[in-house]
Amino acid sequence: MFRSLTIEDCLNLNREDLAAESVKEIEKMEPVLKSFITVCKDHEFHSGEFAGIPIAVKDNITTKSVKTTCASKILENYVPPYNATVVEKLLLRGFTVVGKTNLDEFAMGSSTERSAFFPTRNPWDPTRVPGGSSGGSAAAVASGEVVAALGSDTGGSVRQPASLCGVVGFKPTYGLVSRYGLIAFASSLDQIGPITKSVRDAAILMSAISGKDAMDSTTVDKNIDFLKDIENGISGMKFAVPKEVYDYEQLDSGVAALFDEALKLAEKLGAKIRKVRIPSMKYAVAVYYVVAPAEASSNLARYDGVKYGLRVEEKGLKDMYKRTRREGFGEEVRRRIMLGTFTLSAAYYEAYFNKAQKVRRVLSSELDSVLTENDAILTPTSPITAFKLGEVKDPLTYYLMDIFTAPANLAGLPAISVPYGFSNDLPVGLQIMSRRFHDAKVLRIARSFEKNSPYNSNGRIRLPVVRA
Amino acid sequence: MKTVIGLEIHVQLLTETKAFCSCSANVFEKAPNTMICPVCTGQPGALPTVNKAMIEYAVRTALALNCEIHRFSRFDRKNYFYPDLPKGYQITQYFYPIATNGYLELDVGKERKKVRIRRLHIEEDAGKLMHEGDAITKAHHTLVDMNRCGVPLIEIVTEPDLTSPGEARRFLEKLRSILRYLRVSSGDMEKGALRCDANISVVDEKGFSSNRVEVKNMNSFKFVEKALQFEQNRIIQALKSGSNVEKETRGWDLTSKTTVSMRGKEEESDYRYFPEPDIPPVVISDEYIEKIEESLPELPDQKKDRFARDYGIPKLDAEVLTSTRELADFYEECVKIKPKPKEISNWIMTELLREMKNSESEVVPISPRHLVELIELVETGSVSIKMAKEMFPEIFATKKMPKQIVEERGLKQVNDRDVIEKIIKQAMEQNPKAVRQYRSGKKGVLGYFVGAVMKQTRGMANPQLVNEIARKLLEG
Repeated sequence: MFRSLTIEDCLNLNREDLAAESVKEIEKMEPVLKSFITVCKDHEFHSGEFAGIPIAVKDNITTKSVKTTCASKILENYVPPYNATVVEKLLLRGFTVVGKTNLDEFAMGSSTERSAFFPTRNPWDPTRVPGGSSGGSAAAVASGEVVAALGSDTGGSVRQPASLCGVVGFKPTYGLVSRYGLIAFASSLDQIGPITKSVRDAAILMSAISGKDAMDSTTVDKNIDFLKDIENGISGMKFAVPKEVYDYEQLDSGVAALFDEALKLAEKLGAKIRKVRIPSMKYAVAVYYVVAPAEASSNLARYDGVKYGLRVEEKGLKDMYKRTRREGFGEEVRRRIMLGTFTLSAAYYEAYFNKAQKVRRVLSSELDSVLTENDAILTPTSPITAFKLGEVKDPLTYYLMDIFTAPANLAGLPAISVPYGFSNDLPVGLQIMSRRFHDAKVLRIARSFEKNSPYNSNGRIRLPVVRA
Repeated sequence: MKTVIGLEIHVQLLTETKAFCSCSANVFEKAPNTMICPVCTGQPGALPTVNKAMIEYAVRTALALNCEIHRFSRFDRKNYFYPDLPKGYQITQYFYPIATNGYLELDVGKERKKVRIRRLHIEEDAGKLMHEGDAITKAHHTLVDMNRCGVPLIEIVTEPDLTSPGEARRFLEKLRSILRYLRVSSGDMEKGALRCDANISVVDEKGFSSNRVEVKNMNSFKFVEKALQFEQNRIIQALKSGSNVEKETRGWDLTSKTTVSMRGKEEESDYRYFPEPDIPPVVISDEYIEKIEESLPELPDQKKDRFARDYGIPKLDAEVLTSTRELADFYEECVKIKPKPKEISNWIMTELLREMKNSESEVVPISPRHLVELIELVETGSVSIKMAKEMFPEIFATKKMPKQIVEERGLKQVNDRDVIEKIIKQAMEQNPKAVRQYRSGKKGVLGYFVGAVMKQTRGMANPQLVNEIARKLLEG
């Protein structure tokens, strides 16, 4: 069945028609799901190791000559003159990009409801959100519209939607994957990551897209073999579990129960679980919501109506700026720009931005300490399962959903969400985090859970059936 | 009354490529928006990468200005909205500039004065705005040319150590000379490669300081001096009448030759500086700095002192000869071939520089051999000095060797003693009265005989020879 095909499955198939099949599935399911902003009906078959395998790319990653909107009115008709490095790499290896997926506007959100165009639906239950901000990519993969997808993760935006849609979502160590062509939200936090139906697929995509890029000064040269040890299991490993997880009031009981189950499974497989305290973890969300909006307020200054994108004509420069940005940016984006501008302002820089960066450093050190003594830190990916569209209105409640995922971005650590069980028939994700550049280890641990999870069949993730 | 002036100077670097992308940095007078790429136009998703040569040029300049070079420096973002700033922020160095605490020495009368340099840092240039019509206040629309976006700049800020508009001008001229010696910039204010804003205030006899005025829009060394003179006067008048000037920004207006208030443009902006997250810090080693230091050329002051000392020429001459590296090198090449430093200096300062000025040439178009050969022709008497000077423009224009020109134009001086004797004897026979006058003491009459020879030889006779022979013959 096309919908359940992984990248590895495809390697054994005749691939000439895969992209066409993907487009057919997309057309069938889009009325229900709305994962895509743009579908590329015409595409060339490139040769290469992964020739013809259909993949989706989040619409904040530039694709040459294909509209890239960031799900925002201000870039509604923006056509980039260049491909993001990761897209070049995919095309070089033969992948076919069949479409650009929906997201929360400028990647600011955890539900994809903040897209300026339309919300995406969760393939498990179309009355619910797929998570965000890479909700479109997660939905497209879980539903089987595509074989795999790329998303971006700034505070959890690959892992959380993966968790809510029951698929694999991986955020690499900061610096492993080029951000050239990733439309910036928060420069020191953003990373592009794969969303896939299997852990091995995530490793395969990582091999394809990672590597030092001359166009991105924040990338590093690390030759990591993501697949080599992936089947070697977790026996003898030590996993730390932050007590702060259980302190969190909003933690769904079903999620908590499944989390404990996963820990027991780990012990059964030969790993040791230790409960630890990471005192600064309780500041992670606050730090994130000072640093990310600050960087965003600067990164989004270029959308001024002068050079590209939306321009609302007005007499006078200031008025043109104001109206263009007022009408081009949605409420959440404007909220974060205001927040960010405030925390960078001269009077408050020391008290907010600089202070937050210092706390960030403290948190990173604490995580590092824990990870010197332990192979990984385990937490649930999201404290809750997929909520109904429109259910969460309060910004703060919304922001707190990043509580377990944000630390990995703040410290630049590799982290994955791998499906583990269902609560009220909705997918739950397990998060595995490790030290910087220990990405292969994260994948290996995730693979072990995937292989041994009682909720998977024969190590294969259970996928939803979308009625469309 | 004491004038206090500080300068803020932006220098465009002569690197091959821009500060943060690989577009060519040679954008002067190119068709609009043709020297651009996703990075320097702030396309969504584009990222900056550091131009290594730019760092080197900055260190080179900082060393030449006696600065403290910082092993750790960083780029920061300066955030503001303007159409010539595509990203909505400028990448600059705010918190940790690459160099601080330097100085440049100026000769003030007999003394050398140190003008202190507070800081030197790297940043990127913005684009150009072309207002329909010429004034921003009356334009219907404005066109944006992004060619200049991302061209690397060095910003140099002085302490307020300058005490007169003339001094400010000479500071800039000296700075330009150094920049050209280092080959890091052309330093041309007219082409925008060197831009200068000034801060000026005046302190009266009682020690009361006027408000500080910022003066902008001066686009030549001459206008810097004029604008500051005007402003200095304006402030002095205000102080004399018991009042003060406003603390504001004023622009030099070419047409009225005055400074005009630019109030309204000067709102205290909060630039929300924060470290540039897309670029790792710049960390340089002692070895890196040493290597650059070793590769520094001899700088104007050192060369000037050395010329005066080793070639025994006056300081003023040495200053002229070292005004550019090219000229200084030319001079030294000449002296190497023909060790006559004073004479060569004279030829260069009079003839060569005049020709160069007339043709607006920055480069010396002739070779040292040209000048040396010309000097030797005079020495051997082949041509007179007067003739040599006449020949100079042609040598300069055609680059022909002097000997060739002498051949072509038949300018060889008449040195034939027999010919000269014959003419003088003829003249003596024709004018015995003059001979008697000379012999009876009227030495001035010699001129008549010299003149006769010159007339007959069409000015080609060697004057010293004529004088010598005439005197000999007349004295009998």
